[in-house]
Amino acid sequence: MKIRNTILTLVSIALLAAFIWYADSNFDSYKIRILNLCAIYTILALSMNLINGFTGLLSLGHAGFMAVGAYTTALLTMSETAKQQNFFLKPIVAPLATITLPFLPALLIGGVLSAFVAFLIGAPTLRLRGDYLAIATLGFSEIIRIVFTNTQNITNGPLGLKSIPNNTNLWWTFGLALVTLILIKSLIDSSYGKALKAIREDEVAAESMGINLFQHKLIAFIIGAFFAAIGGGLLGSLIGAINPIMFRFILTFNVLLIVVMGGMGSITGSVISAFAVTAGLEYLRVLDESINLGFVTIKGIPGLRMVVFAGLLMVVVIFFKNGLMGTKEFSWDKLINFFTSKKRFKKKEVGQ
Amino acid sequence: MLKIEDLKVAYGGIQALKGINLEVEEGKIVALIGANGAGKSTTLRSIVGLVKPYSGSITYHGEDLSKIKTKDMVRKGITLVPEGRRVFGNLTVLENLKIGAFYRKDEKEIKKDLEWIYTLFPRLKERTWQQAGTLSGGEQQMLAVGRALMSRPKLLMMDEPSLGLAPLIVKEIFNIIQQIHKEGVTILLIEQNANVSLKVAHQAYVMETGKITLQGTGKELLTNEDVKKAYLGESVHG
Repeated sequence: MKIRNTILTLVSIALLAAFIWYADSNFDSYKIRILNLCAIYTILALSMNLINGFTGLLSLGHAGFMAVGAYTTALLTMSETAKQQNFFLKPIVAPLATITLPFLPALLIGGVLSAFVAFLIGAPTLRLRGDYLAIATLGFSEIIRIVFTNTQNITNGPLGLKSIPNNTNLWWTFGLALVTLILIKSLIDSSYGKALKAIREDEVAAESMGINLFQHKLIAFIIGAFFAAIGGGLLGSLIGAINPIMFRFILTFNVLLIVVMGGMGSITGSVISAFAVTAGLEYLRVLDESINLGFVTIKGIPGLRMVVFAGLLMVVVIFFKNGLMGTKEFSWDKLINFFTSKKRFKKKEVGQ
Repeated sequence: MLKIEDLKVAYGGIQALKGINLEVEEGKIVALIGANGAGKSTTLRSIVGLVKPYSGSITYHGEDLSKIKTKDMVRKGITLVPEGRRVFGNLTVLENLKIGAFYRKDEKEIKKDLEWIYTLFPRLKERTWQQAGTLSGGEQQMLAVGRALMSRPKLLMMDEPSLGLAPLIVKEIFNIIQQIHKEGVTILLIEQNANVSLKVAHQAYVMETGKITLQGTGKELLTNEDVKKAYLGESVHG
């Protein structure tokens, strides 16, 4: 059974690779961009789900971590001349001006830096619970944004960074989304993952079972921040220009929306929801344009798609109280059982 | 193995424990009974370090317990079955039990213990894959006990295991407590239900408003006139 499942997983990864290979050369840039965004939001949703869904910490600092990742990646990958063009008000600080790194090391450094920031912020704030933690992390994310607005010689302040090299492509985004998926999935399945879920369910009981609450919360927070920064770095490189305004708390809520819609505590849910929300918002764009129904023509109302989208969200919230997937996960066994259960039922009848 | 000497605890200005002495000998079932607000739970909370006493000492095998953190108590062999069960509702029965063995690394022994718990509570075995939150109250209590046993405790402390359970289920739980005791686990039982707990206890203490007013063997207290009047009513002969 295990071998069968591994084979199925490998086959689907190969299929995904084939799809990316096909899409990379045949799809138009609009579709490729949507796919890229889907994969990036998958990374962001997974990292937030680890903190909010699996460990049960209501953290709203994601935009801050993404900003750290995006700025680090951008500054480390931009060429010397590009930096000179960007920093015309105040020259960039000495060591950063000349450093140019390849994409992957830049992303990883961004992740590590963000993880370090998460450690600094997590050590005092993870002793808080519920709403208090949410407020503290939200404040942190705003502080990061304001610091970035005011450090003119490092981040170029409110002017932001332009002409960031477009390293992001489908291979990077889907590859890193897959890596994130596998790493977080194996973390959740390990004994660490069990401890995280126990903390989410009942802190007192978890502690009396010998689980170190603080240490586990901090680890989840740091890993979440690491992947948030990777997502932020990819996003910055995809768009090509970043500024502090991009990383307002509304960005955190976009990710939170994906996580809640997919199901707090379901990896599968986060992936599905990241794709559905990102692509859905794009495909609802027809609503903004004028629609010709043959007998009547509806004039386009800009913003109508957001109204419809909000309505859809409410439907999800009403009918799926715990998000689309709740805490359930996809597994090959379940899928195969679903298709073969009828047959087995018949066999049982014959047997009796 | 556990010794409490002259323990005094105060919440703000109010004294919850006014100097209690209590000893749990190895291999015995010790019951601590008393009405609401007598200080039973405070005693338990000070043992596991959730409340700081302002005077007195708690020692476990001669070691000062106030220096040990709550999360490290399990490693010392002290496990608590918390009041109100507190099972992990969204996790399966099996996951709950596995978290009980969280600090242990001996996979083979863990498997053995899992089988042992399934023989103690056959009902849990039937519900291995069910979410703990969907179990009945009695089953949740069984799961809470089973989860605590997965940590291989030497001293098992149970806070009100009969709380909110039907009399038949209470009987079942107390039968299992005796069975666990036979396997060599020392048990400290905190209960309001004096009748059942005195029947199984070797040694028992009666608490009233922060003091221990009576102590003796379970049988002695069961026939004690004061205890009968205050806690047992007429049902003792029934």
